[in-house]
Amino acid sequence: MVPIEWYLIVAGTIFTIGMIGVIIARNVMIIFMSVELMLNAANLAIVAFSRELAVMGGQIMVFVVMTVAAAEAAVGLAIILALFRVRDTDSANIDHVNLLKW
Amino acid sequence: MDTFVFFAAAAIAISASILVITQRNPISSVMYLVTSFVAQVILFIKLSAAFLAMLQIIVYAGAIMVLFLFVIMLLNLRREEYGKDIKMRYKPIAVAFAIVLLLEVVVIVNGSELAHRAQASLPADFGSVKAVGVELFTHYLYPFELTSVLLIVAVLGAVVMAKRSL
Repeated sequence: MVPIEWYLIVAGTIFTIGMIGVIIARNVMIIFMSVELMLNAANLAIVAFSRELAVMGGQIMVFVVMTVAAAEAAVGLAIILALFRVRDTDSANIDHVNLLKW
Repeated sequence: MDTFVFFAAAAIAISASILVITQRNPISSVMYLVTSFVAQVILFIKLSAAFLAMLQIIVYAGAIMVLFLFVIMLLNLRREEYGKDIKMRYKPIAVAFAIVLLLEVVVIVNGSELAHRAQASLPADFGSVKAVGVELFTHYLYPFELTSVLLIVAVLGAVVMAKRSL
């Protein structure tokens, strides 16, 4: 039986990698994927706690987080599409997006 | 065997995550992200969350990642438009934040009482489709209905955002 601490450390590591990605990546898509990584690491930690405490509510929480991730992906990708429509070249670089309205 | 499976899945998940943020091409990033998700599914199964594991494959690795691929291919980036994807100026900040975060995780996990408490006994069907479904439609019915509202709002938001003119 693998102790829960190991799962928490894996979740923490993946969350940290996602955070590094958000800070250093300049490509909009890769930043967005790093956010997904962080959501997933949080899910892993919640499932680990749910298993450890034998509480079913944790798994329902992960279910809700997945719904939020799907909604976030839909809206976020729509924003990226709108961004590319307005600024036609090189908008994949987040540093070129510095105006709220064009 | 138990421990070996855990370490293999954890190693794949972490190394694939690192590859996600270091790729130049967003499409390879998506592929490594799917790899990372599948490795995390193994961890989910080991934590007796069978239903969530299937949901993770179908919703996350399936639907959401295909959406990412669609958008990347729709944008049709040429190679020079990938740009310089890693900014050196932010690297020290990222490393500092990462060290602080990891230290926090280790300190909190070490200082917690988790290691000393006896593990709660698990019902046989913990995490099965039936158990999750019963819980979802009795105890958590109201949050469940709210998630459907959330999805409708997200769909409307995406349509408004992506449409040229309303």
